[in-house]
Amino acid sequence: MGLEIGLGHYLTVAAILFTLGVFGIFLNRKNVIVILMSVELILLAVNLNLVAFSAHLNDLQGQVFALMILTVAAAEAAIGLAILVIFYRNRGSIAVEDANVLKG
Amino acid sequence: MTLPLFFFYVFAAVAVVSAFMVISARNPVHAVLFLILTFVNGAGLFMLAGAEFLALILIVVYVGAVAVLFLFVVMMLDIDFAEMRQGMLQYAPVGILVGVVLLLELLLVAGSFFISPDVVSGSGLPIDATMDNTRQLGLVLYTRYFFLFQTAGAVLLVAMIGAIVLTLRHRSTAKRQNPVDQVARRASETLKVVKVKSGQGL
Repeated sequence: MGLEIGLGHYLTVAAILFTLGVFGIFLNRKNVIVILMSVELILLAVNLNLVAFSAHLNDLQGQVFALMILTVAAAEAAIGLAILVIFYRNRGSIAVEDANVLKG
Repeated sequence: MTLPLFFFYVFAAVAVVSAFMVISARNPVHAVLFLILTFVNGAGLFMLAGAEFLALILIVVYVGAVAVLFLFVVMMLDIDFAEMRQGMLQYAPVGILVGVVLLLELLLVAGSFFISPDVVSGSGLPIDATMDNTRQLGLVLYTRYFFLFQTAGAVLLVAMIGAIVLTLRHRSTAKRQNPVDQVARRASETLKVVKVKSGQGL
């Protein structure tokens, strides 16, 4: 481990954040809000990877991509929460297990 | 230990710990607040990597908009969150298994890959150290990536309309104003002048 911040440092942090996001999806099977937050964590990890590679390769393209991912993540959060609100209105619950109307 | 490295470790440690708190907090309001902490520290990491514009956008968009949206929804829905915690440990083993496997794989890849030299020297957008990060991004965003930029705008527009369409509801029981009726009202339809004889009333 050197004295400078290397690519490996960023990749390690991003890997841990990504894993925590996936773990959060498994752990909070009933609570859709926390699942959405876990997805946000995963997207943050991806952005961190893109920015780290952008800095390491001295290339701006990674940051442009990260900007687009940020946009899509914001749109996804808005739509996801809107679906959550109408789901709660219809079913009176936000548990994933209750989303089985279409189950044959 | 140099100062940037010290700050890197501080930001990384706080980000990881608060990310863990996001998924394990009992109260979802606390989870949202820890999510904000994670994003602020992620912005610090972006800043250390030289992506100043993205770091500040992360704070503006996530802390300012997305996290507050989450907070609104958490507070708007009347949910028994204690009941939601039931059966959490049931899924923990398989979650830990998947998480550990995923983390090991990611770290294995992160530790063993190497970047081909022709990729580095190839095309792309070299970062000009003499120019501001924001200025550089702006220069390519509105020219080379203009289509991407417009598409991002379209995505946001669709998301906005979608969220409004999904959550808008008209209640038939609610009383509302009808401006057209109000404007179209005439004095002749609503006013009646009555001659009242004195001492008799109506």
